[in-house]
Amino acid sequence: MSVHGVTGEERDDFTRAESRAIRQRSTRLLGSALKPLKKKFIVTVVVILVATAASVVGPALIALGIDRALPALLEREDWVPLAAVIIGYLLVGVLGAFLVARFQVLSAEIAQEILIDLRKRVFLHTQRLSLDFHENYTSGRIISRQTSDLDSIRELLAGGVAQLVQGSLFMLFTFVALFSLDWVSGLILLAALIPLAFLTRWFALASQKMFRRTRVASARLIVHFVESMTGIRAVKAFRKEKRNEEDFAELVEDYRDANAKVIQLFGTYDPALVLIGNVTLAVVLLVGGLRIAQGELAIGALLAVLLYTRQFFGPAQEMAMFYNGYQSASAALEKISGVLEEKPGVPDPTTPIDLWEARGHVRFDRAEFSYKEGRVVLPEFSLDIPAGQTIALVGSTGAGKTTLAKLISRFYDPTKGSITLDGVDLRKLHPKDLRRAIVMVTQEAYLFSGSVADNIAIGKPDASLPEIEAAARAVGADEFIRTLPQGYDTDVNKRGGRVSAGQRQLISFARAFLANPSVLILDEATSSLDIPSERLVQEGLQTLLADRTAIIIAHRLSTVAIADRVLVMEKGRIVEDGAPEQLITGEGRFAQLHAAWRDSLV
Amino acid sequence: MPSPGGRRNPSIVATTQEDFVLPESDRTTNPPTERRGTVATIFRLYPYVKPAMPRIVLGMIAALIGAVVALIIPQVLRGLVDGPLQDGDSAQVVPAVLLILALGVLEAVMIALRRWFVLTPGTQVESRLRNDFYRKLQDLPVAFHDRWQSGQLLSRMLSDLNHIRRWLSFGIVLFIVNIVTIGIGFGFLISINVYLGVGFLICSIPIWIYGYVFEKKYSVITRRSQDQAGDLATAVEESVHGIRVLKAFGRGKHMLRNFSSQAEDLRGTEIEKARAIAGIWLWLLLVPDVTFALALLAGVLLAYNGELSVGDLVGFFATATVLRWPIESIGFLLSMTFDTRTAVDRYFEVMDETNTIVDPAEPKTIAEPHGRLTFDGVHFRYQDSPENVPDLLNGIDLTLEPGETMALVGLTGSGKSTLTALPTRLYDVTGGAVLLDGVDVRELSREDLRSHIAMAFEDATLFSSSVRDNVLLGRQEFADGGPGADAALAEALEIAQATFVYDLPDGVDTKVGEEGLSLSGGQRQRLALARAVAAKPDVLVLDDPLSALDVDTEALVEAALRRVLASTTALIVAHRPSTVMLADRVALLENGRITAVGTHSQLLATSEHYRFVISSLEDDQDSDLREEVNA
Repeated sequence: MSVHGVTGEERDDFTRAESRAIRQRSTRLLGSALKPLKKKFIVTVVVILVATAASVVGPALIALGIDRALPALLEREDWVPLAAVIIGYLLVGVLGAFLVARFQVLSAEIAQEILIDLRKRVFLHTQRLSLDFHENYTSGRIISRQTSDLDSIRELLAGGVAQLVQGSLFMLFTFVALFSLDWVSGLILLAALIPLAFLTRWFALASQKMFRRTRVASARLIVHFVESMTGIRAVKAFRKEKRNEEDFAELVEDYRDANAKVIQLFGTYDPALVLIGNVTLAVVLLVGGLRIAQGELAIGALLAVLLYTRQFFGPAQEMAMFYNGYQSASAALEKISGVLEEKPGVPDPTTPIDLWEARGHVRFDRAEFSYKEGRVVLPEFSLDIPAGQTIALVGSTGAGKTTLAKLISRFYDPTKGSITLDGVDLRKLHPKDLRRAIVMVTQEAYLFSGSVADNIAIGKPDASLPEIEAAARAVGADEFIRTLPQGYDTDVNKRGGRVSAGQRQLISFARAFLANPSVLILDEATSSLDIPSERLVQEGLQTLLADRTAIIIAHRLSTVAIADRVLVMEKGRIVEDGAPEQLITGEGRFAQLHAAWRDSLV
Repeated sequence: MPSPGGRRNPSIVATTQEDFVLPESDRTTNPPTERRGTVATIFRLYPYVKPAMPRIVLGMIAALIGAVVALIIPQVLRGLVDGPLQDGDSAQVVPAVLLILALGVLEAVMIALRRWFVLTPGTQVESRLRNDFYRKLQDLPVAFHDRWQSGQLLSRMLSDLNHIRRWLSFGIVLFIVNIVTIGIGFGFLISINVYLGVGFLICSIPIWIYGYVFEKKYSVITRRSQDQAGDLATAVEESVHGIRVLKAFGRGKHMLRNFSSQAEDLRGTEIEKARAIAGIWLWLLLVPDVTFALALLAGVLLAYNGELSVGDLVGFFATATVLRWPIESIGFLLSMTFDTRTAVDRYFEVMDETNTIVDPAEPKTIAEPHGRLTFDGVHFRYQDSPENVPDLLNGIDLTLEPGETMALVGLTGSGKSTLTALPTRLYDVTGGAVLLDGVDVRELSREDLRSHIAMAFEDATLFSSSVRDNVLLGRQEFADGGPGADAALAEALEIAQATFVYDLPDGVDTKVGEEGLSLSGGQRQRLALARAVAAKPDVLVLDDPLSALDVDTEALVEAALRRVLASTTALIVAHRPSTVMLADRVALLENGRITAVGTHSQLLATSEHYRFVISSLEDDQDSDLREEVNA
């Protein structure tokens, strides 16, 4: 099986070759993000090496102070050693502190640089990927790639890596200092490493499992909570409160239990760490004490040895926590690198053809389309839509109307044949020109956060406010926009600014009008309007569509009135094609549809 | 001392077990209305904490013993250095070391005990608070939920309560114990040497202050970074959900620019955060090192003057090392306590909310329900509507006779949906009354009332469970299956033309809702309709239940609904003539009043406003067209 791109993302039974391929792909990604930062990276490494070295000198200096400077003072009135020790202490103290602080900033800068690079790459790539990919991969997954997955990488980069480097260097340098000060104590500490390693490994593995459990439990808690709060009307109307309470209590208990287990884990690890530390300390003290008695070790040195032994265990817990972060971040990186590996299904042309002023002549030339290989949705057909014609596309659900519309707006490419605009193959047309020439308005009129004006301006980002208002007026949206709390500046997501489905459609209509395309595709774009608004839109459309090509899909056949030509589709084929007057009087499918629709109006 | 070693990452200490952080941009938007002191506020938790008090106190005692033991070890060391080691008496080294070993083990045991004692209280109190919160929220009226976004409630339910838990099982215990430990520790230091001890105390003050200041500053930056991360996530979500629009207009690059600038903002904040952490690191390393250097200088000088033994010096430094972490911790524990107070405030802000829609003290019952629904001079206005605006519903008089189907027609925004929410008391009338079989709905218990009336909403909410559970929601007797459940389910699905569910992966057991399979708007609407029908209510209230259906399906649903509606009282909000055809009579809602009631054809003939609202342009256009064709 292939592990290319996002395929196999849900699997956990990779062969070794597959795992290697995935690992390599994420390493390559990380490497390419790190490459421009090479210089800074080296500086950071030097800084942390010096900083850690400086910050472990302290206890050795205390030993020097007690063992050398004090006797020198007592025996020879010699102040030099004391002054040297104190000044040395202050110097390394200041140096170490500043460098550690510097390291924090440097490592954060590197981390953020990598992160923003990844963010932009994934974002842009997501925008490039075809609708086909989006529909199969689902919005939830593509969003979590860009949010929670990037978050876990951020957590690791921002805290974890720096701490790991700093912590392990600190332990290493402490160990070296101890060893060079007194190798016997060093050996004892080395022995203590064995239980410490086992304990930490156990903790890292166990806590990883437990943290995952808390995350799962809290996610379920959140889903249930949000669902019952947003659906509170239905909850109340159907008296679901009691059952909800029971379900929620169960989830709360799960969450509590998971949390308690985590705390318990810390409750075991923490004292065990102290125990190992204290026992090591006692052994070091015993051996050291006995050697002092025999004159083999100085008292100050013993103190330093004890202080080193103690501080050695400090970063252990952080290192264990790092493992958690590392696991989730590398899993996240693997998934992200998979998304980046996906090739856009509707690629941009390599040598684009410009088309400044499109007239709007659309042609299907022996085009065929299938979403999946072997399952043809639109069998081979040819169709010529002269510039300026208004077409009503009619047919039952699933007949292929929307697919045909999506082909014209190049959400998909035909699997065979070609589609041209003014004689230029859509696949070769410059994306900018294509999007300026052809605009599609769909039923689900999506609004972005921001003001109403911002949303209309999506059609033409540099539009002035009068232009925006004119567009709104033209489609009959102006009136309701003016009744909103802040008119055109009303935030569409704020309370009071909530707009109904029908009003959304009007805004999205205005958006398309502002874009002023030569080919306009309306896919069920008026389905949620109430009748008076629809009437207004219909009137507006008459003038709006006068000088452009339009393809209108609507269940309600009122649109037909303004169409020059009707196409009736059935099972992916165009079964009737003609002027509306002609078709209504006939015996065909359209005549039937029209009769049925008329009955529903009475 | 909870962990050996003087070094600890401050950010880790401050956020240990930070299992879930949500954007909390609303923290400042709802300031507590009543000012209480920190202690008084936190004390409101006492009823919840009371049963757990013994364990918390025991935990503190264990922690205290552990701390004292940790402080005694250096004292033994001091004696050892000045005694046996000075004398070269190796025979006495062993017992002293054994004593230290015993103390070391005891310290570990005490830490384990503390952890064990405080394990249950924190999490149990949290659970209790959480369940009460949820119960309260479900009880509060819809008007409350209109005012509060679910995100705000969520952050209280999750992050604030997590914060309280962490404080209870960690913060409060360590705060008290560390203060005591510092006190005892200084006692030891001063007993070694007054000057050294006092000097050390003074030198440690900057850390206390900076630790507190840092936490304040840090939490502000953290909150900002959470907000910005939230904004960035919103941008991502929009770029994905709105992908069709972005592609249709070719605005991907444009979106990337916005996204990039937001990502840059976040980066700026994150680096600022790193600088703050770097700042606290600087202090946590610099101050102790300078203090230790000065203490070494002073100690050697004192020893030179014969005022201090070598053992004293060793004891001093060993004790000072033990005290390092408690001193570092005071600042952030204090700020954690203040944050807890905020969390408690936010929690009770919701819990103190009074419910305006409650059951009557002595609820009436309807002996023989017929389903006569009467609106008697009903007035309604939303709480937050401006004063100069007239009531949204301004004197509604309307009676639905038992078994009658009434269509409700009016312009968008005329208050149709609001009117449908009144019979089930999702909102209470602000004037007049809604009567069910002659009884004011406010005199029935909510449970009882809502078993008589079932609703279907325009935006169909499905819950995360099986299709079966969702449809049979209103039939509590079928909660665990039971005889007749399958038949009721099948019937309802058929009426609502929702038989597509049989083709879902697990048929009627397929999970839908947030956590389950996502369905189209039309599919959800049909399931919601099936749910209302399956409840077999006396009164059915349908708020534009067919808006998302295509014409063919709509016709099928209508045909099937007709059968149900023959015997059930129903109020149906309608936008299309075809829906109106289901009704026996139509009520026209205009300017907050019912201005006309009659059959569709009567109203078409008599009411201009009705013609404006319901009859399409198509009629005229179409007749034009036909004329053209005929001509």
